[in-house]
Amino acid sequence: MISFQNVTKKFSSNILALEDINLDINKGEFVFLVGPSGAGKSTLLRLLAREYLPTSGKILIDNIDVTKLKPQDLPNYRKKIGFVFQDFKLLDDRTVFENVSLALQVRQLPDLEIEKEVERTLKLFEIWNRRNLFPRQLSGGEAQRTAIARAIIGKPEVLLADEPTGDLDPQTAWSVLSLLGEINSWGTTIIMATHNKEIVDVQKRRVISIKDGKITKDKSEGKYEFH
Amino acid sequence: MNSFDFTKRNIRRTPYQALAASMVMFLTFLTLSLFIMMAFGSQQILRFYESKPQAIAFFKDGTTSTDVNAIKNALTQTDKITSFKFVSKDEALQIYKQRNKGNPMLLELVTANILPASLEISTKSPDDLKFVAEIVKKEPVVEEVVFPEDVVASLTQATSLIRMVGIAIVGFLIAFSTLIIVMIIGFKIRIKRDEIETVKLLGATNWFIRMPFLLEGIIYACLGAILGFIVSFLIFWYFESVLKTNLGEAVQNIIPLPIIFIGELLAIELLVAFLVGGLGSIIAVRRYLRI
Repeated sequence: MISFQNVTKKFSSNILALEDINLDINKGEFVFLVGPSGAGKSTLLRLLAREYLPTSGKILIDNIDVTKLKPQDLPNYRKKIGFVFQDFKLLDDRTVFENVSLALQVRQLPDLEIEKEVERTLKLFEIWNRRNLFPRQLSGGEAQRTAIARAIIGKPEVLLADEPTGDLDPQTAWSVLSLLGEINSWGTTIIMATHNKEIVDVQKRRVISIKDGKITKDKSEGKYEFH
Repeated sequence: MNSFDFTKRNIRRTPYQALAASMVMFLTFLTLSLFIMMAFGSQQILRFYESKPQAIAFFKDGTTSTDVNAIKNALTQTDKITSFKFVSKDEALQIYKQRNKGNPMLLELVTANILPASLEISTKSPDDLKFVAEIVKKEPVVEEVVFPEDVVASLTQATSLIRMVGIAIVGFLIAFSTLIIVMIIGFKIRIKRDEIETVKLLGATNWFIRMPFLLEGIIYACLGAILGFIVSFLIFWYFESVLKTNLGEAVQNIIPLPIIFIGELLAIELLVAFLVGGLGSIIAVRRYLRI
């Protein structure tokens, strides 16, 4: 479903973020991307979200070359992809309800439909009672649940998670991971960049290790290691 | 939720900038309103004088009714006259008092002796005025003859001056207001950069992101235009009686202002506001919003 073919990304002539990446990820997979800071994990996710274009190579999703998408095609493409960040990127002046609604508003759905869907999702994520609070009034776990709710409410095919547990205490990190596991069980492909060794080692899922912009390991039931 | 809701949220979030933008727009449109009113008013007064063929002969002191009747007879024979109206020194004083009733200083200084008696001569056609004026001027009892050619010339000059000054000042203010909109919308785009980035990743189209900023500029401009329009009418209303007293029937076509003119003025101002707000926002969006 997702295929990186000889993908290289240079930010300037001296900074090589990714080098000759070849990678296939199947529909419905849950993949961990591990590696030290600056290894290229976030760059790989951002290439997939078409925030960046590769310097060379192809990125295919369902046999469509993402690098060839025209600017006017990007909004529709991005609706297939959910993105979760370490710092949540919730909008400070909007409540939990409004933050999650935003993902459906950009799809220009009717207000009534948005309200119903947001209510359903917030209840599912157990943050319905926090719906009128602003991000600064939430705990880290609640903020990340809100961010994940916003990312998946549009039913994306792929969820990209960039260090989603990075700022959370271990207990909250586990609850977020459990939530991601549940989302994966619905058929959503999840690619999660993480530094959390404990989580990666226990989960026994596919682990892709990246170091200095290259894939060093790719194991189906891997562990947190990139040497 | 539509683009208006996003715009409302943007405005609420930075109320002082919204106020500043609207105030600048208000000044621009108040000036525009006042100049359009002045241009319209002077044009209407000009038309009044053009459409009313009348010459006024002012008499020297000591002119008798026999002298006046002699002039009337001479003019009647030309077959170009429709009516005469003699204004005596006392009547002239009454008119003066009526026009300056709010200024006791001016009333104290003037007596009937200072003011000349006059004869208002109405002709069948404006083309006859010069001919009539030439006849009257030759009379030894006549001090001076005034007819609309002088008034029309002065008014034409004043009207074109009002237009030129108006165009220059309003042009400058419109350019200034457009730049203020560019600056404020540009600033808002900068402070919302993270939000724009997030919404973009959620799959928002370019227009979904741009539209609230475009609407914001247009709303500031339209709000300023409506306020400027209202205040300009309050100013006109305040000076209405002064104009009526001093210009008499010459302003009968503009007091009260015709409804059609009011409607047209509002429509012009809203159109200009839409263009200024829209243009300023488009420049800001193109300059600062890289999607």
